[in-house]
Amino acid sequence: MALDRWIAFIILLICITYAYTAFFTMDGLLPPIMQRSPIWPSSFPKVLSIGAILMSLAILLGVEKAPEKEDTGDITFARLREYKLGQAIILLSLMVAYALLLRPIGFLAATFLFLFLGSFILGERRFVIMGTVSAIAAGTVWWLVDSVLGIFLSPLPLFMIGG
Amino acid sequence: MIEGLIAGLVTAFTFTNILMVIGGCLIGTFIGMLPGLGPMSIIAIMIPIAITIGDPATALILLSGVYYGAVFGGSTSSILINAPGVASTVATSFDGYPLARKGQAGKALTVAAVSSFAGGTIGAILLAIFAPALASVALLFHSSEYFALMVVGLSAIAAFAGTGQITKALLMTLLGLMMATVGEGVLFNMPRFTMGVMDLQTGFGFITLAMALFALPEAIYLVLDPNRSKTADGESTGEIKDLRITREEGRKIAPVIGRQSLQGFFIGVLPGAGATIASFLGYAVERNIASKEEQDEFGKGSIKGIAAPESANNAACTGSFVPLLTLGIPGSGTTAILLGALIALNVSPGPRLMVDEPQIFWAVIISMYLGNLVLLILNLPLIPYIAKVLSVPRNYLIPFILFFTLMGAYIGQNNATELLILVGFGVVATAFRFADYPLAPLLIGFILGPLLENNFSRAMQLYDGMAFIWERPMTLGLLGLAVVLVVLPSYRQRRARLRAEGVADGD
Repeated sequence: MALDRWIAFIILLICITYAYTAFFTMDGLLPPIMQRSPIWPSSFPKVLSIGAILMSLAILLGVEKAPEKEDTGDITFARLREYKLGQAIILLSLMVAYALLLRPIGFLAATFLFLFLGSFILGERRFVIMGTVSAIAAGTVWWLVDSVLGIFLSPLPLFMIGG
Repeated sequence: MIEGLIAGLVTAFTFTNILMVIGGCLIGTFIGMLPGLGPMSIIAIMIPIAITIGDPATALILLSGVYYGAVFGGSTSSILINAPGVASTVATSFDGYPLARKGQAGKALTVAAVSSFAGGTIGAILLAIFAPALASVALLFHSSEYFALMVVGLSAIAAFAGTGQITKALLMTLLGLMMATVGEGVLFNMPRFTMGVMDLQTGFGFITLAMALFALPEAIYLVLDPNRSKTADGESTGEIKDLRITREEGRKIAPVIGRQSLQGFFIGVLPGAGATIASFLGYAVERNIASKEEQDEFGKGSIKGIAAPESANNAACTGSFVPLLTLGIPGSGTTAILLGALIALNVSPGPRLMVDEPQIFWAVIISMYLGNLVLLILNLPLIPYIAKVLSVPRNYLIPFILFFTLMGAYIGQNNATELLILVGFGVVATAFRFADYPLAPLLIGFILGPLLENNFSRAMQLYDGMAFIWERPMTLGLLGLAVVLVVLPSYRQRRARLRAEGVADGD
């Protein structure tokens, strides 16, 4: 089965869960006064879920015929392994690590490490330049966001600010 | 109208706002040149900054400046290194890059800037004429017509998605609408579909979603395919000199600019069509109507081939503001993000905007004109210097793009969970892109969701049920139009296929 149909299948499952909630469980908690209203919190979701189930079924069953795709040289799922998939996965993991470490180790350290390791993963090995660029960028962005925009970003690790 | 225009002039010509236009254009050009960050991502990154400014007129002026700058930046990288940062400037590279290879990069850039300026100016004038007229009609609309109009807008976006893509575009729109129902909406004061997760009480952040749908998949594509992140790494952008064009050349491109500005504007007004279609269509039309010798020139460095897509895409950008400002309906991903920004700034775009806050409406139109002027007289001479950004090596560029994507989602909400949602949605959006699911309808659906539900609910309450559909002829007409928009392309495609099969059988 082609990727678009797999995706349609997954969306269909999500829509069925959504529809089940809208039709059967959501209105249980509705206060009696709201039950007299012509519109309930579940009304709009009910309409949406029916539409989405029909559309995902249409894709799954191939109702609309897609034209033969020309090879535009763009990345396709079938040739995914020919590309730098490993690098992409490691960089995405680095983003997750950044999200988890941003508070505990502070903005400056987290950003420095993210930029430094990011270019390392991509194959850069000029450590002095990497370190300098990352340090300047982390400092400048923090200053811009904190002083110019007035949005607070905790710069230091939690243990250094007594958190 | 005159009082509004004067109020707009007074607002636009304050020192801060002029600074915002200039700053916005420069930032937009600078970032728009880089691969991986299109206007949508740049505007999404700038939204927390715009919200910090507080004043809606100033914020919108900044964001419009960024938008125009980003489109211009995209043209610059198309011309200089054949790497369009934005889809709407792909057509510019057809002739811009060959001309730059001939050592005439300066001329190509000037033609692009002049055409963009003219396109933007004509677009701004048409916007000033058509928007008030449309808004006065829209003032007669009730919530049921609004609901129907939004359905028409969303159907048109799906209908323009292309052959074989309509079902996918509709599904994406519905998915966007469904995502908008997550959280505690203002309408019912009760959490919906939060699955007990506290972080979902406020729903999904629209900036996070915009970043996840556009910036992150593009960045992942850049990592996957090193050829895609083509910066001037190892390739010289060449000396950009002699920005002048001759009078003869000016005369040659003038009619092209005139035609394409008009055509581009009206394409831009249609929901879902947008700048990309306008630029390709503009290029194709001008090539077809050119003389035989000029036709041969296309693709090899014709200045007409640069003028056509550039004037068309800029006029279309301006045209896309018509449905946004008058009806509150975004026709493209970029205007959807602008709508999100306006809502965050407590401004509700729609016909009331012109009545309640005319200074915002007119200041935006005037600043669009100013933005185009800034691009022509300030950005163009600075291009040789700004173009240095194209020499940033890929190994440094990509971590920065990823970092700015993270920052865009984080700054506005100061919530690290948003970053995890960003990465999660980013991976899903990349899978959608692999499978040819269009992503703009999802975002537009998500942003329009609360407005659509609001109007639907109000109409239901007023008519005590679904009676508004048949009791209000305009609502019925609009909903009928929505059905036609969705069904017609599929029907025609089916007929064409059957006819083709019939011919084959006959053979």
